[in-house]
Amino acid sequence: MPDETITLEVTRYRPGHDREPRSQSFTVPYRKDWVVLDALNYIKDRIDGTLSYRWSCRMGVCGSCGMMVNGVPKLTCAAFLRDFQPGPVRVEPLANFPVVRDLVISLDDFMEKLLRVKPWIIRQTEKPVAEGEHRQTPAQLEVFKQFSMCINCMLCYAACPVYAMHPGFIGPAAAALAYRYNLDSRDEGYRFREPVLNDSVGVWECTFIGECSVVCPKGVDPAAAIQRSKVAGAQDWAKSMLMPWRGRS
Amino acid sequence: MTTPRVERPGLYYPKLPATWWLRRPNYVRFMIREVTSVFIAAFLVVLLCQIRQVGQGPEAYAAVMARLASPGWVLFHVVALAFAIYHSITWFNLTGVVQVVRIGDRQLPPALIAGGAFAAWGVVSLVILLFFLRG
Repeated sequence: MPDETITLEVTRYRPGHDREPRSQSFTVPYRKDWVVLDALNYIKDRIDGTLSYRWSCRMGVCGSCGMMVNGVPKLTCAAFLRDFQPGPVRVEPLANFPVVRDLVISLDDFMEKLLRVKPWIIRQTEKPVAEGEHRQTPAQLEVFKQFSMCINCMLCYAACPVYAMHPGFIGPAAAALAYRYNLDSRDEGYRFREPVLNDSVGVWECTFIGECSVVCPKGVDPAAAIQRSKVAGAQDWAKSMLMPWRGRS
Repeated sequence: MTTPRVERPGLYYPKLPATWWLRRPNYVRFMIREVTSVFIAAFLVVLLCQIRQVGQGPEAYAAVMARLASPGWVLFHVVALAFAIYHSITWFNLTGVVQVVRIGDRQLPPALIAGGAFAAWGVVSLVILLFFLRG
């Protein structure tokens, strides 16, 4: 039915002009195989070229197109219009982040936190390239693989009330990636990440609401990573108390 | 508590409304879990009062027990028990997520860990029940 339409209520915010965001309605053609991102692209191409939003791969890999769709954090490239019929579909910028313009949020806070947990393999001594790669068994890979699927889409931050109330909180994705590298058999950087995870804005801020894992489009389960990091941190602390001569691992 | 962030001019910083916890079923369940703690704490205060009365002689204890038999206190204990059970169930359900148990290269399924926790809870509750029924 080519004449069928659906309405999108899209948040608009022009820095320097608007004191706060407002909603603007757009009516777009309804296609069974269209996702919300297709509808936004239609608006930008045919109705209002000033609409601003981020997107790139359109296949759930780049993590750029996360927005609130009817109040829920979603990748708009994976949110089909048919699931929101008859509409209207409310499209807002990701919650809990400062808004730059329209549907574009500021990434600065997340990028700073991501760097803080050093999400890369750290070796105490690097071996020469000529000696080959650091080998790993399938079982060793399986230990952390789930947590390595994070695409940094930040939907988990938009779902986290703790982050909304305490923006200093390290947050689900950064904590999950720290946990991922701590579990990696090739990594020796636990001692660098442990202080970040266990400080006053680290994993202990989390109250285990669990919504971060519900909205994660990649099944990473950051809530589990955070709770397991708490267990590891507590065990580490207990060991350092019982065996102070060994120091922290 | 964390230090407030420095807001940059030009950006819009969204405010979290007081009703945020009504937005998602998971948030509501979380808030109920938190509220259960208030009732469990209140129950423990009542229990401490009872213990104190035991030390003040049989008459004082009997007077407290008579007061606790009133409909209001019975209702309080029924609600406290329901919340304690809810809190325990939600807590044990999370054990499978939190605790990783590996046997060799295999990781035990979370349901098995939570099931073990529920089984242990059941056994301990049964032992306590038998202890009081025998007494």
